Amino acid sequence: MSKITFAIGGVHPDDAKLARGCAIEVLPLPQTMYVSMAQHLGAPAKPIVAVGDKVKTGQVIAEPGGFISAFVHAPASGTVKSIAPRKDLAGNNVMHVEIAVEGDEWVEGVDLSDTLVTEIPEDRAAILDKIKACGVVGLGGATFPTHVKLNPAPGSVAECLILNGAECEPYLTSDYRIMLERTKEIIVGAAIMQKVLGGCRTVIGIEENKPEAIEAMGKALATLPYKGIEVLPLKKKYPQGGEKQLIQAVMHREVGSGGLPISVGAVVQNVATSLAVYEAVQKNKPLITNTLTITGNCLPVERQHNYLFRIGMPLSYIAEYAGGVPEGAAKLVSGGPMMGRAIANLDAATVKGSSSILYLSEASTRRGQESLCIRCGRCADACPMGLEPFLLRRLYAAGDLEALEKNAVQDCIECGCCLYSCPAYIPLLDHIRQAKGQVMAAIRARAAAQKSNTKQ
Amino acid sequence: MNSIVIWTIVILAGLGLLLAVVLFLIAEKFKVEEDPRIEQIEKTLPGANCGGCGYAGCHAFADTAVKASDLSAHFCPVGGNEVMKKVADILGYKVEEKAPQVAVLRCNGSCAVRPKVNVYDGALSCRVKAALYSGDTGCSFGCLGCGDCVAACEFGALSMDAETGLPVVDEAKCVACGKCVKACPKALIELRAKGPRGMREFVSCRNQDKGPAARKACANACIGCGICVKTCTHDAITLENNIAYIDFAKCKLCRECEAMCPTGAIHGVNFPKPLDRDGIKARVAARNAAAKAAAQGGDGSAVNSATATHEPAQKTSVDGTAVSAATESVKKEVSNE
Repeated sequence: MSKITFAIGGVHPDDAKLARGCAIEVLPLPQTMYVSMAQHLGAPAKPIVAVGDKVKTGQVIAEPGGFISAFVHAPASGTVKSIAPRKDLAGNNVMHVEIAVEGDEWVEGVDLSDTLVTEIPEDRAAILDKIKACGVVGLGGATFPTHVKLNPAPGSVAECLILNGAECEPYLTSDYRIMLERTKEIIVGAAIMQKVLGGCRTVIGIEENKPEAIEAMGKALATLPYKGIEVLPLKKKYPQGGEKQLIQAVMHREVGSGGLPISVGAVVQNVATSLAVYEAVQKNKPLITNTLTITGNCLPVERQHNYLFRIGMPLSYIAEYAGGVPEGAAKLVSGGPMMGRAIANLDAATVKGSSSILYLSEASTRRGQESLCIRCGRCADACPMGLEPFLLRRLYAAGDLEALEKNAVQDCIECGCCLYSCPAYIPLLDHIRQAKGQVMAAIRARAAAQKSNTKQ
Repeated sequence: MNSIVIWTIVILAGLGLLLAVVLFLIAEKFKVEEDPRIEQIEKTLPGANCGGCGYAGCHAFADTAVKASDLSAHFCPVGGNEVMKKVADILGYKVEEKAPQVAVLRCNGSCAVRPKVNVYDGALSCRVKAALYSGDTGCSFGCLGCGDCVAACEFGALSMDAETGLPVVDEAKCVACGKCVKACPKALIELRAKGPRGMREFVSCRNQDKGPAARKACANACIGCGICVKTCTHDAITLENNIAYIDFAKCKLCRECEAMCPTGAIHGVNFPKPLDRDGIKARVAARNAAAKAAAQGGDGSAVNSATATHEPAQKTSVDGTAVSAATESVKKEVSNE
């Protein structure tokens, strides 16, 4: 049994990987798709098509709206029907490009074959350009543009590339399935990123509740010619897949408060991102597909699936295709049960970071009646960042931003361990997230003021 | 024994006297000269320290007011014009009278008209709820009903109505400090001029969705139909992003928009008489019909004259009568018919 994990905190929810045995199926195209302009971290993309335009699969339909932003591509060929605000899964209006699907005619220059291309291009800048042009973003949840992350600021050196195959969220199996079915592609993707970062050590971290994936990765590595890539089985503990937690487990280094992983020489990428990088660089294929799990504790096992979906398919279309919302589903979640977001609007379109539709029963989702804090300290024990959630909540209630900053509320990774472990059912994370937002805003304002001062 | 007691008293008293003198001398030497008007103004102010004026408290208000060259950036919403006049007298400045304001809620989606579409299970705070999603009704702009504004109010002027699920403003207690405005994550509370005898008209909705979507989410929503804009004869109403807004400065409180609004999104408060909806509707309909007839006459003449004489566009006056000579004859024809 592996003992490699992060040092403090963490919880052990039942992993409930119910859909682990379901091979990835390809979803047929729906009649209409809605492509969100805000499906990555940073500035929303700017549409460059007009209503009535004919688009081909993989054609650029929106350009980055800033430095931290990404290209967006048409998920199918057809006609642009509208460019208008549409409700996302949280019910808020977001700009979408609506495409009436007429077929699947790809743009030229895309290699649609299944052949594995193992030869990596030499030119580092060209690789980065391709990753950017194909709209690749981090698919582990944060959807941070990958080309920005792979191009660290001058002066910082990447010592270790960590491929995140932990998939520590219960229920989710999409990463697990691609690790089994697209093993070699993921490794080639890792080798590409390794090259871009200057040939650093590369570790593929996989939680040990996925022995098949660990074995498959090890076997595939032996047949491929790359050096310096290893597979590391990790202890099963949530949030093992958190960026800072993975770095601690693999490199035994702690990212300082407010620091980026690169400050300790680490770059973390998800295995799904690695696959997207492979397809972008080796096949010239933009990021228009991703894998998603349909699962949940009130869905019979025979109705659970792992699907390869086109980004922009409505969630309701996928749910209908899989047989509709099951009886007894009290809560629908996009993402895992720990960090995922509740789906308030099933008509919302899938985005680059969509990883699941999770049907949860009333009993497993309803929060208990909130009672008073008894200072048992379980939340502090559970916090993987070493924070004191009970204290942060009290400070937030008192509105003491200074003390909140001193107690490092800005380091919260919003993993939900505190809320999960609280016996009094206090909505700790709800409040801490607010506090974090306010403190971060204050820090940013201060930095901006400092910047303008030094300019003068 | 007695002498010990006496000596103790004498020494302690002497020590006290000595220290008092030292303290007095130090205080005199390092005295901070503060403008006496600051204290004077502070005494005039209500002392609520609510921050409604935009300064950290009443002392900060007084301090900055004394240093300022005029009072344009200073207004105490709690004290109002009365207090501001006293402050101005102390400083020898002039101050413009401001219309007293009151908080109004720009959402009228009560539980009865705005059905719940999901169950919210998180912390009871509007800010938390707004950060998570659009809310438990179909309207992503409306009141979330957790009462952050009520908690923010230091004057007890806000309370939640259990039946409607919306906050209620107690006009007698509201001092328009603006704390609730900042507390509402959906920006639903507006500070609006109180109006003559408290009478005012406002659009109690901020839903920017298109008509059908807004209507589906809430029966009382402003659907952006623009009837109020067309009805208003004072040019007080503007329609932007599918939402109407009444400019208080231009509104003449005729209540025509309120009567004509198909969804009841426009609210009039503190009017002495109840709204005569049918009477106003009839009046507006008659006016519209007259205007339409006049406009048709004008339009027809313009078309006729254009085809006949190829003249450039006609000048038409407000009531639709054409002014060029060529149209005069056509107009007669129309009236003969």
